[in-house]
Amino acid sequence: MKTNEIVAAITGKLVIPPAMDIDLNCGFGSDLMSDVLIFARPQMLLITGLTNVQAVRTAEMADIPAIIFVRGKQPQPEVLELAEEIGIGIILSAYTMYETCGLLYQAGLPALGKIETVQ
Amino acid sequence: MDQQFSLFARMGKDLPLTVLHELIRELLVGRVMTSDVLSLTSDTSMQEVKDLMREHRISGLPIVDEGELVGIVSVQDLIHALEQQALERPVADFMTANPFTVHLKEPVVEALRKLESTGVGRLLVVDDHDKLAGILTKGDIVAGLLTALQELYNEAEALQLKRRPSYFFEALESDDTSLTLRYRVHFGDFTLGGQASARIKQALLQIGATPQLARRVAIATYEAEINLIIHTDDGGSIVAEIHPTQITVIAHDAGPGIPDIELARRAGYSTASEIAREMGFGAGMGLVNINRCTDDLNIWSAVGVGTRLEMMFNVPPEEVTVKN
Repeated sequence: MKTNEIVAAITGKLVIPPAMDIDLNCGFGSDLMSDVLIFARPQMLLITGLTNVQAVRTAEMADIPAIIFVRGKQPQPEVLELAEEIGIGIILSAYTMYETCGLLYQAGLPALGKIETVQ
Repeated sequence: MDQQFSLFARMGKDLPLTVLHELIRELLVGRVMTSDVLSLTSDTSMQEVKDLMREHRISGLPIVDEGELVGIVSVQDLIHALEQQALERPVADFMTANPFTVHLKEPVVEALRKLESTGVGRLLVVDDHDKLAGILTKGDIVAGLLTALQELYNEAEALQLKRRPSYFFEALESDDTSLTLRYRVHFGDFTLGGQASARIKQALLQIGATPQLARRVAIATYEAEINLIIHTDDGGSIVAEIHPTQITVIAHDAGPGIPDIELARRAGYSTASEIAREMGFGAGMGLVNINRCTDDLNIWSAVGVGTRLEMMFNVPPEEVTVKN
């Protein structure tokens, strides 16, 4: 799913376009960056309520091309600056995590499926 | 055509439109024109024109008298001659005098504009002395662009090859070469947290590691870096040693130390502060994730002394054996 389709599905706001408009192939919603680091796949969309620099850093490490910040949260300027520098797309959603994910799932963005228990 | 574009697909890239835009501005007419051109004098008969066009399968011929370009004859002109049953008459009676020309040092984009604005199928190419140097059709331009794209691709591929770790290390002669990157990580500094890991990742990509390897190293190092920020008294250091066959990243701190390493390695076990949790960490998954990303992991810790985390990553063989 392309960035503009994602923005349209959640009637969100694209504040930083991703450096490359990659076709995102799945979504993952979490406020826990450790979980994101474990489950991340390249070309995955991150949906989170965590609006600090660590969300952007996590995306950078895990090759995540774009992040949606949920619950109408407005990230601090340094967060946006870092995202722009690295080339990670930032989208703002006025919906909660549950509803944002629901809208994207409905629009056809796949999930990761059942997760094996992490020991 | 398909084959050319698949070249870019193999590079994992779309052919950017800007590349074509730049090419038609950079590429000069002289490089894409057909320079071995058949020409006739103006007293040649239209019968001969007809025979030559058929024999050489060409649709336009320049007319040159004593070295001076005087006109061009096309299939259209030949049809006129045939209609008038005048094949015995000289080409001078049917040719287009003062044909459209383009200079061989002009960029292709200029030739394209002229072809577009005049509606002709071919332009005659002239040199500094207005002498005929070649002929240019849209077909020549397409072929020229494809050749230039192929060259660009070859250059990019050669560059890619040079950037592999093997090449990087082969250029430096020693019995055992490695590259060491050192970083200082400060306790509680969530703003700069991740910078060391990000730089290690960039360095790995720069010397040609695969994205998969760079990602694996980055994730494990990032978890270790966050641990230094969350759990130490005074931060610590991260040292990455990049060897042609193995990458070792060591996260070291001077306390407080882990009382029970086995417990710390267990999923979900956490002693993280409230602030660490607010930053999205402290779920007790750090060491679990590090373990998953590394090929070998050693933890040494003593309470009151410090902790040393040694993470090893094997460089897949194809990355070190690829040669030209």
